[in-house]
Formats: sequence, structure tokens, C-alpha cells
Amino acid sequence: MMIPFGHALSFAAALFVLGLTCVLLRRQVIMILIGVEIMLNAASLVFVSASAYWQQVDGQVFVILLMAITAAEVAVALAMVVYLWRRKRTLVADEFNGMSG
Amino acid sequence: MTTVLFYILGFIMLTATLLCITRRNPVHAVIYLVAGFFALALMFYLLGAPLAAAWQIIVYAGAIMVLFLFIIMMLGLAPQETPEGPGWRRWGPLVLLSASLMVCTVLLIMQDPAAGKEIGDFYLAPQAVGESLFGRYVLAVEMVSFQLLFATIGAYLLGRPLSKGEGQ
Repeated sequence: MMIPFGHALSFAAALFVLGLTCVLLRRQVIMILIGVEIMLNAASLVFVSASAYWQQVDGQVFVILLMAITAAEVAVALAMVVYLWRRKRTLVADEFNGMSG
Repeated sequence: MTTVLFYILGFIMLTATLLCITRRNPVHAVIYLVAGFFALALMFYLLGAPLAAAWQIIVYAGAIMVLFLFIIMMLGLAPQETPEGPGWRRWGPLVLLSASLMVCTVLLIMQDPAAGKEIGDFYLAPQAVGESLFGRYVLAVEMVSFQLLFATIGAYLLGRPLSKGEGQ
């Protein structure tokens, strides 16, 4: 395969910026979480392409670990989403603006 | 041939992600994201990571995205409950910011001398990944397993019924 390393990194950068735009632009909590997922996938694309560029195993090992960490993060985040829905019956991030001790 | 395939897959991935982040309906967004993850998994395969490609489909598309879909459907988030789309005054500056950030990043990447060098042929059998994962990186595996345990406890605590006075 004859791809310059920079092109693979550029694809990852574009994917990361799309995820960042999603986090900044969307107001629904679920869509913000989806943006975080997109950014994590951009990170794993960088890991895999760097692993292929330097012909080393370590990048792919970290992709596997990244997937396990993402699964843990998503479990907690979606439990929080259910909790927020029960409290306020909405998932618009702007609505969660009060603190009560 | 694989080179052309890589660029086509990258284009599919970026298009699917762009469609995903602009959908009003969260269910449609998740489905587009699954399509993007399939393209990303094939890119992993072309970069010589068959194990990561398989896990991308099994774990991401199969488990995590279905979990998203499950929560969206359980809460019954119909599209009319999502807020009105923001006007261009709100998203215009943000898109400009993101586009300039991306241009700066790509310019920085292209300045690096390694950027022009080609990725050679590479294929890593799953066995080698497993040996490294449970040999050299076994401590990291243990830490991740602890984290999964803590996440399970956290999800359980958050999922309890609300006590009195907590709900609206």
C-alpha cells in the first residue's frame, strides 16, 4: 500500500475536527456523546496508522485498550443520560443550569 | 488498488460522519455513524490491523452504538423533542473556527518530514497483538479491567430509582 503517512494523519485530523464540531454545535446530550465517540475514533486511526508506519505492534495494542476504555466511558455516560432524563424530562444541555445541594 | 480503496473508504467515512453530526433525529445519526465505523474498520484492515478492524465492528458498531440506540429508543427521543436547529448566526462562527483549525492541523502535519514518506506493506497477525497485550502490557490490561469494574458500579449507582425530592 502506497499512502503517504501525512494523508492518513490528515484523515484522522478531519475526523477529529468533525467530532469537535459536533460537541460544540449540538445541544442534545446524546449528540455531544456521539461527538466524543467520533474524536476517540480519530485517535485510534492515528494509532493504527502510526503502528503501520513504524511497523510496530504497540499502536494496535493501544487501540484495543482504547476500545475497552471507551466501553467503560459510554456505560457511565449513558447511565448519566438516563439519570438526567429522569430528573428533568429533557436532554437539552442548556436546561441543566441549576445546582441544588 | 488498495491505495485507491483507502481514499474511497476515507471519503465514505468523512461523508457518513458529516451526515451523522447534522441529523436532527438521533436514531438516524447513530445509523450514519455505524456506516462510518464500518468504513473506518476497513481502513484499519488496509493498514494491517485485522484484529482492530474486527473489534471495531464487534465492539463499536455492535455493542456501543447499539447501546446508544437502545437508550435513545428507551427514552423515546422523538425528533420533535430535539430543539429547533440553531440559526446560521450560531453555527456559522463555529464552522469557521473548526475549518480553520483543520486547515492549520493539516498544514502542520504536511510540514513534518515524515508526512511525505509512504506507509509500507504491513500486516500484523492477531497472535502478535495478543502476545504483546498479555505480555508487555499486562499491567495496562489489569488497569482497564479495574476501570470496567468501576464503570459497572458507577452505572449501577446512577441507575437506581430516584429518592424523594430528587426528581422534578
